[in-house]
Amino acid sequence: MARTVIPFGPQHPVLPEPIHLSLVLEDERVVEALPTLGYVHRGLELLAAKRDCTQMIQIVERVCGICSMLHAMCYCQGLEQMLGLEAPRRARLLRVVWSELHRLHSHLLWLGLFADSMGFEALFMQLWKIRERVMDVNEATTGNRVIVSVNVIGGVRADLDQGQINWIRETLVDVEAGIKNLQATIMHDPTVGRRTRGIGVLGREAAYELGAAGPTLRGSGWAQDMRQLKYAAFDELDFEPVVETAGDCWARGSVRFRESLQSMDLVRQALGKLEGQGVGGELTVKAKAKPEGEVLTRVEQPRGECLYYLKGNGTLFLERVRIRTPTFANIPALTAMLPGLDFADVPVVVLSIDPCISCTER
Amino acid sequence: MLKRFLKTAQVRSPWLLHFDCGSCNGCDIETLACLTPVYDVERFGIINVGNPRHADVLVVTGTVNPRNAVVLKNLYDQMPTPKLVIAIGACGCSGGVFREAPNVLGGIDTIIPVDVYVPGCPAKPEAIMDAVVTGLAKLKGILEASA
Repeated sequence: MARTVIPFGPQHPVLPEPIHLSLVLEDERVVEALPTLGYVHRGLELLAAKRDCTQMIQIVERVCGICSMLHAMCYCQGLEQMLGLEAPRRARLLRVVWSELHRLHSHLLWLGLFADSMGFEALFMQLWKIRERVMDVNEATTGNRVIVSVNVIGGVRADLDQGQINWIRETLVDVEAGIKNLQATIMHDPTVGRRTRGIGVLGREAAYELGAAGPTLRGSGWAQDMRQLKYAAFDELDFEPVVETAGDCWARGSVRFRESLQSMDLVRQALGKLEGQGVGGELTVKAKAKPEGEVLTRVEQPRGECLYYLKGNGTLFLERVRIRTPTFANIPALTAMLPGLDFADVPVVVLSIDPCISCTER
Repeated sequence: MLKRFLKTAQVRSPWLLHFDCGSCNGCDIETLACLTPVYDVERFGIINVGNPRHADVLVVTGTVNPRNAVVLKNLYDQMPTPKLVIAIGACGCSGGVFREAPNVLGGIDTIIPVDVYVPGCPAKPEAIMDAVVTGLAKLKGILEASA
């Protein structure tokens, strides 16, 4: 059988982002997939030499426009650890609220793109319509839809008053009703099932050995979630990682679907604790020293584990910022999933790891 | 007759090609959000296409680096004339916060001519729609001048 090499990307209608895969095909079957990266590389870790540690918050927020809040939170938590600060309780609860809203909108976005990748455009439109409500909450509470910019070193810069808390609760009721309304389609529709069940299977052992992260790992039966580390205010909240065991595209979709419901639950729990605390209160603690030493922090992004390594040298400028993002960890798993698939299933499987190329390359 | 029809079609129903040229995803997602029910640009006849040879408007987000500059130039060259280029977001206009990063060449206009610039980090869907409408007025002018 003659081999054909089909280029997939860097500009492809299914992917909003540029990644290039050289797919080696035999007939319609994928034999090998070789990824090429670098289309989004900007080299922003090295900007740490030009921007001081406070200005770097703006840079790390723009590592990824979908989970920007979590990048900034991870960076700020790292610096707080380095400076020996602890953010006030209210700030930590607010971080949970915004980070879970980010996870919610990211998962809705992904579920939509996933539906689009298998040609289910009506579902894509419905999910994005619901997502706009979450974006409205972001905009009304922080001033920006996407890059919310709420984190500062030592806390957060915005607060929620009682009116906003009530309004977020009301909006979440609508969002939840909307998502539940689509549950039957996403989880049990036979056409969705035929495009996703048993496609792109990643076994339990393989997922661990290839170092997969986030929903890709949890879809293969591992209960590993960085929120178990109890950063921010997760120590006060009830939380169990969502796990599926099938390891196929459907399992990864199901994990994300159930996580979006869980995120709403976590937002509600955090809002309840905020209400219990009363309005107002300390939001930041002031940093007195300059960052010195090394620190390693992790948070759970919508796509998985995100790791920051920061090294300070006693000046305002950090010596090194190193970011490891979940998509980077999931690419080896993706290249292991692709061989043996039909060519038409490639977009679905590529989407199933929720690739965020701008995180990966920075 | 045919010329007039083509002109009306191009201005009234522009087909849009989106290329992420190294943006942080913020502007890309906002561009995609324009297509969804809340903003729904399809009511203006705007359709998102994947093939540059079918497209009238090239929507570019993000900064240019040496690797994607080649892809961007290719896409631009493959589009039929007259064409419109819209640079979205602070990065697309000038490089934005990344302009000093080591692997960034600058905004979109370092590689291809840009017709409309949309500021914002990220640009809001309303601003993107406004840019497309502004761009179409410009396209109409070009078509009328050539007729």
